[in-house]
Parts: sequence; structure tokens; C-alpha cells
Amino acid sequence: MTATAAESLPPERPPTARRRGVELSLLVCAVLISVYGYADVGLARSGAVPPDALAYGAGLGLLALLAHLAVRLRAPYADPLLLPIAVLLNGVGLVLIYRLDLETPADRAAPAQLIWSTLGVALFIAVVVLLRDHRVLQRYGYLSVVTALALMIVPILFPAVNGARIWIRIGGLSFQPGEFAKILLAVFFAAYLAANRHALAHTGRRIGPLQLPAGRVLGPVVAIWLISVVVLVLERDLGTSLLFFGLFVVMLYVATGRTGWIVVGLLLAGVGAFAVGTLEPHVHSRVESWIDPYASITAGDGPSQLAQSLFAFASGGVLGTGLGAGHSILIGFAAKSDFILATAGEELGLAGLTALFLLYTLLVARGYRAGLDLRDPFGGLLSVGLAAIVAVQVFVIAGGVTGLIPLTGMAMPFLAQGGSSVVTNWIIVALLIRLSDSAREPHPEPVEAGVIAPAAPPAARTVRTDTGPAEPAVPTEAAARTDPPGPAAEGTR
Amino acid sequence: MTRYIRRAAALSLFLLAALFVNAVRIQVLQADGLNGSPANRRAAIARYDEPRGTIVVGGRPVTGSKDTGEQLRYERTYPDGPLYAPVTGYSSQTYGTTLLEHAEDGVLSGTDPRLAPLPFWNEFTRSERPGGKVLTTIRPSVQQAAYRGLDGRRGAVAAIEPSTGRILALVSSPSYDPGLLSGNSPEVTAAWRRLNGAETRPMLNRAIRQTYPPGSTFKIVTAAAALEARVVTDADAPTDTPDPFVIPGTRTTLPNPVPGCRNASLVYAIKWSCNTVLANLGAKVGLKGMLETAGRFGFNDASLRIPSGVAVSNFDRRMSVDQLALSSIGQFDTTATPLQMAMVAAAVANGGELAHPYLVDRTTTRDGDTVRETPRRSYRRAMFPATALELRRMMVEAAEKGTGTRALIDGVTVGGKTGTAQHGVGNAGTPYAWFIAWAQLPEAPRPAVAVAVVVEDPEAAGGEISGGGDAAPIARAVMVEALKAAKP
Repeated sequence: MTATAAESLPPERPPTARRRGVELSLLVCAVLISVYGYADVGLARSGAVPPDALAYGAGLGLLALLAHLAVRLRAPYADPLLLPIAVLLNGVGLVLIYRLDLETPADRAAPAQLIWSTLGVALFIAVVVLLRDHRVLQRYGYLSVVTALALMIVPILFPAVNGARIWIRIGGLSFQPGEFAKILLAVFFAAYLAANRHALAHTGRRIGPLQLPAGRVLGPVVAIWLISVVVLVLERDLGTSLLFFGLFVVMLYVATGRTGWIVVGLLLAGVGAFAVGTLEPHVHSRVESWIDPYASITAGDGPSQLAQSLFAFASGGVLGTGLGAGHSILIGFAAKSDFILATAGEELGLAGLTALFLLYTLLVARGYRAGLDLRDPFGGLLSVGLAAIVAVQVFVIAGGVTGLIPLTGMAMPFLAQGGSSVVTNWIIVALLIRLSDSAREPHPEPVEAGVIAPAAPPAARTVRTDTGPAEPAVPTEAAARTDPPGPAAEGTR
Repeated sequence: MTRYIRRAAALSLFLLAALFVNAVRIQVLQADGLNGSPANRRAAIARYDEPRGTIVVGGRPVTGSKDTGEQLRYERTYPDGPLYAPVTGYSSQTYGTTLLEHAEDGVLSGTDPRLAPLPFWNEFTRSERPGGKVLTTIRPSVQQAAYRGLDGRRGAVAAIEPSTGRILALVSSPSYDPGLLSGNSPEVTAAWRRLNGAETRPMLNRAIRQTYPPGSTFKIVTAAAALEARVVTDADAPTDTPDPFVIPGTRTTLPNPVPGCRNASLVYAIKWSCNTVLANLGAKVGLKGMLETAGRFGFNDASLRIPSGVAVSNFDRRMSVDQLALSSIGQFDTTATPLQMAMVAAAVANGGELAHPYLVDRTTTRDGDTVRETPRRSYRRAMFPATALELRRMMVEAAEKGTGTRALIDGVTVGGKTGTAQHGVGNAGTPYAWFIAWAQLPEAPRPAVAVAVVVEDPEAAGGEISGGGDAAPIARAVMVEALKAAKP
């Protein structure tokens, strides 16, 4: 980070408090809320607390505790909100799926979801424990992208499910490799853009208001991005292609700071969306359904899935019907996956939906926060990318099922049924934990001999010490951070 | 980079805020419209989610609920379906509701706000109220007597307690089992098609929804009009009626079923059902007087509800003299429901004052707390008490010595009037057999029951048939049962 002092040093100093106690308390709350929801479903449906409510609570609690211990031991400075939000969303998702399972006794999804959640937490712990420094990932940018492309292309060899070739089915298990690809792609984008951001921002030719970077710099990343989007369009996974599009545009903008890219991106997106929306029948029908969700009712064919979803939301009103008391199962086959938010909207109402949106917003905001606090461009870009993945995902799917934008198949992070999605989102949270830990940890390295700079004003020091226990490190660190940025600042602390 | 990260974060925040705004749009602003959409099954699911309240006859529910475990969970059952079908109607998941199931749907389905002790609080908690009960005025023994009496023949019976207006029996025959229509299976559709296509029209409620030419039973109304209009001042004095009688303004002569109708008194004319006398009297009273009297008995009243709607009994508002003369003996365009003719008998039995007929005694919550009680209401004063007294005497004469002897009950005062109504093109159809009557126990202050019976397909053929032969025995059986219950 060269540029100015304002850019490399955010005005707010990162807090150094570990806040692990806060995280633990919030985790207890998250588990209790989930167990309460589970018991509530049972009470509403059969008048009795489900016999396995305790087991469910113990299981979720154990997962949360193990994850918490991993964070406490290996990422002690991590943002204390990330893990509780993930646990609460995953817990609420399990409750909703369990609740919908009651309507379809022949097709129970909650047990599988619980297994996938366990796997997700296991991978979360593995990432937190094994990945000691996120900058290691920067070295694997190209490996990431190769893997990502491979993962995306493989499902073409497998049969389509509900019109989309995005699944791999082996035996009874099925997963969506594209889910993992989005993390790998974010890693690649972050690594590539971090390495080339100056070239992208400052070299190349100027055409009109646009400054085009040199083709050799921009070429590879655009090529990769285009390949991904084309592959996804071929697979009819429009949600994910939209996600990759948004991810790329946001990361490119953050890396270069050029608004022009956003304009170009939006124009391209518009042209692409129009082309796909008119030419591809599968998508065309969804666009039509979005324009008039009630057309099929008028035509006498009964309500479409989207209309059923809107009915469910409307039925919930402000306070909701209460867990177990709604009829969102009327939505049909995707009620537990793509449309799970409708169940939340119907049974928890606008109040519950707002709470969920706020949880996602906090998760996203905390991702951006880590990006702001990190001093290495790769870490910053990766945080932004991961936060954007969550934000775009939530927007695309929630906007789709509430009729804000055309519906594209996608999974509500943590909430929806879908193994690969849950696992991927746990990995995203693990990476954010790692990134926020780096962002918030006190910096030990300024104790280099002879670089003792003028001391920070006493007032500032007092403020800092208030917030954290790491007293001895603070003065030196604070002093170091007032240093004028030198060339050495780039890529290091 | 900081600035751009902030902007990217702001963009994400904007997207998430847009989701919230859109959720408000759907869940608050458009909610009512979406909830009310006919394509939204939630209303139907909620409706059948709880057992429906019961309709009670004589302290015993005549409806039940069956848990099907399906999405529309509870189906209606009718333990004694055909007997009470003209009272309950059906409650079908496919075809909606009729009769009491329809009129009292709010109470039965639990949506009536009066079922909740604290309506506003209930609105807030959205807790579902269990369906309430509808307690009818029907007396099971009377209903059964009427149903047995018709014995599957086409026809109807309506019985009223004259002093209160309580409907004691409402029978239509042939009947059907409303339980066949309860659910939403293909069998229900098939049953619906079969019942609707049946030539006997079992789903027609003949007691309150079908009108028939009342024939000679209408002569009670004409007699009342003649007395009220002072066209007849002495019921025992001879009337100025020629025999053969040429209908005014035509060359048609009106036949009489019996001899001796020339200049017969009103009492004799009612007793033996002289067409000539009453057609002549009706013409003398005039359209205005006839319309007014008929109206006071309930003719031409489209708003009569018991609480199910009752078909309008008709007495034409514009007629020539010859038409009026025919109408005065219950022919031409004059039509009446069996309930209407029971009301005519009830008005006579109750001294001229006609109590409003009703079928629902009271409605309660499931636990039995009264929601609404039907009060006794006066419908209209049909005639002066003196007129009623005269008609009473004539009906007793007719029952004891005239055409209605088969309705007589030992030790009980019975008044009756037979009717044989021609119908069909050129009167080709088998005449309808009518009988209206009332009965009073010796020690009782007023009659305990008034009844009207119509039989569409009387057994006897040709000119012999009359209300006295086919309908009177049914009326007798009904009155016997009603008097049993009324015995002090």
C-alpha cells in the first residue's frame, strides 16, 4: 500500500480486544434461539417438544463450542460476531428444514443438512487451524483458478437436474462443485488484482473517458471470468454466473478505484441479461414470471411457484403465523432450498425476515470491516470478495423469491437445504475469521531496532488502551503506525 | 483502497436495504390483496383446519367432522343425512355451503368475531377460534314423522309452532345425503353430478325453495280477505253465488267438486271447498284487497329468511278479474312454498297474529356460551282476531265433517283445509295434493302446531285424488308428534 497515509492507515484504529467472551455468550444465545425454534415447531405441530430437542441443542452447541475453541486458540483476535451469526443462521436453517420435513414425511432433508453442517464446521475448524496466515493463499492464485474451472466444467458430464447442469451425483450424495468454485475464484481475483492493481489503474491507453489498461494485464483475468460465466450459462446456473459477475466487478472496482469499470460491467451485464433472457427459454419463462407472477392464475393454470412464494410472504404479514403454522409447502419442490426464505417470511413474518436480513448485513459488513482494517491488498481484496459473495448471494436469491428481480436458482447462505452450499459458506466464514484475526491483531513487528518514531499523542493512547488488554504492545505499535508510509509498507505490515 | 471498499460496502448495504423495502411492500402493503387471492389456498386450508361446529337438533348433533389428514383436513359428516338435509344443507370442500351450513357459516367455521370473548385481542394473536354450535328449533320426532309420512314420495312438509314461529319440521322428499358432497375427491364430483342430474331433484329443498300452486288451501286467504273487506259479514249466511258460475269476463264455467255450492255460505264453501263461492268472493274483494291480505300472510315477500332464504310465494300484482277469480282459489299464477302455507295455518291458529318463522334457536360457542339467541318476533298481523276466530271455526268444520277428516286426532281440536292443485299444460299433470292444518290440545290456550303438507305424486289417480286422501294423514302424524312434545 503506497499512495497516501490516509489510504494505508484507516482513521479508526483496529481494536485489539480479543472479545472471545462476547463470542461465547453470543454463541450460547444463537444455540438457545435455534433450540427454542426447534421446540416451537414441535409444540405448534404436535403439542409436544420434539423428543430430540435436547440432542439437537447438544449437537449444535457442541459444533459451536468446537468452532469457538478453534477460534479462541488459533484466531484469538477474530471478529466475535462472525461465528455466532453463522451458527444462528445455520441453526435457524435447520429448524426451517426440519419444519418443512414434517409436511413431506417421505423426503426428509434435515438429517442430511445436519451432516453437511457438521462437515462444514469441521472444515471451518480445519481452515482456522491449518491456515495460519491468509497471505499463503496469494501464492496459489493460479492453482485456485484451474481448480475452479475444473470444478465448474465437470458437472457438464452429469445429467441435468431441474434444468441446470450444476450437480454431481454419486450414489445418494449430490453436490454442486460451482459452490466451491466461487471461493477459489475470489482467491484468484484477489491474488491477481493485488499483484496487478497498479498496472491496471495507472497504465494503458486512454480512450475517451476510459483508461484502458494494457491488454496483457487485463487479459488473463477477463478471460478467466468470461470462461466462468460462459460455462455457467451453458450449465444454466444463472444465479452463480450473476454472482461471479458481481464479484468480479466489485473486486475490480476496489482494486483499481475506477468507476468506469462498474459502468462497463453494468452495461455488459445488461446486454448479457437481455440476451440470455430473450434467447434462452428456461430463463425467458422466469423473466416472464417475474414481470407478472400472477399470469398463470389469470390463465387458469393455478399459481406459479413465484406467486405461491409471494402468497407465503404476504400470509406472514408483520409478525408471522408462527413456526409450524404456515403453509409455505404449497410452493412445491424447491420449498426447502431455493424458496426457504418464504417459510421464514410466512412463519416469522416481516419481523423475522428483517432479523435475518440484519444478520446477513452484519456478516457482510464485518467482512468489509476486515477488508478495511487489513493492510495487505490481497487480504483486503479477499475480504471484500468474500463479503460480496455473501451480499450478492443474499440479494439474488432473496430478491428472486420476493419478486424484486427475476428468479435465479441459488442457495440462501446457511439457511437453504444444500450440502455444498452449507460447507462453502462455513469455509467463507472461516476465511473471514482468519482475515479479521489478522486485521485486528496487534502488530508485533514495529519493534525493529531504531524505528522508534515520535510517540503518539497521549489522548490517542488512552483511547486505545481502554479497549484492549494488550497493554505492552500498544504504545510501540501506535507509534509505529504513525510512521509515514515508506516503500516497505507495500505487501507487508 | 479504503475509499473503494467503503463504496463497495455501501453498495452491498443498498442491495440488502432494497430487500427489506421489497419485503415491506409484499408483507405489509400488498398483503391483504395477496391473502384474498382466490388462487391462494391458505384461506381454504385454515377453514378446514379445525372440526367445524355442529348443528344440533333436539340436543343431539346431526353433523360431525372427519379428520382426513389431508391438506383440507376436516370433512363434514352427516349421521342422519337425508332426514335433516333440508335443514342443514351441505358443507362441501368442493361446492361450498347451503342452507344452515351457509347461513350460519361464520359461527360454524369459527370466523364469527362474536365467538371470541375479546375480539381485538384475538385479531392480534391470530389464534383460531373453534367453531360454535347452531341449535335448531327442529323437533326430531316431528321431523321423523313427516319424513316417514312422505315415505320417499315427492313432496314436502313444514311445521311451525304458531305462537312462537319456531319451525318444528322441515322435510323435503326424496332427500339426499349431504355427506356425499363433503370432501374434494372424484367421488364427490360424481355424486354432485348424479344428484344434480337426477329426475327427482333430491337436492331441491321443496319445503322452502320450491313453490307450488296452492290450490284450495289458498281459499283460507281468500276467506280472510272477504271477511276483512266486509264482503262477507256473516259466514253462515248464503252468498250470492250462482252455480254454474261463469268466470267474470269469460265464458268459462268453474266446476265444483261437490254439489250444493249454489249460494253456499262461506262456512260450507270452506268445508266442502266450493270453487265457485271463493272465486266469486275473491273477484268481489278486488285485486287491492286480495293483494293486501295475501301480503300480510307473507306472499310476495322476497326478504323472508329463516335464516336461509325462502322462495317468494307469488300472488300477481296485476290481473284481470277472471285471473283474480282463478287466483283466489289458488290457481292461475298463484304459487306458494309449503312453509308459506304453514304460515297461513299458523296465522289462523294464533288468532291472526303471525309470528316470524325461524329455524335457529340460538348459536353458542363450542363450550355452550350463547352467542346469539333468536327472539320471538312478530312477522305481521295477518288479520283481525275476529276473522281468525271465524276461519278457525271453518277449518274445524272442514276437518271434522268436511274434506279433512283423515287428519282428525282423538280428543284434540284439529282445523284443516285440503287442496288439489292442477298443474301442467292443460292441467295434464297429476294434481298436487295439499293439506294445511293446526291442532290444539283441549286444555291448551292455543294450537301447538300448524303444518302444511304437499305431495307431488299422489297415489290415487283421476278426479278422486285430493289433499284429504294423501296429504292429510301425513299432517296428522306430524301433529300427533308435535302434540306429544307439547303436552303439559
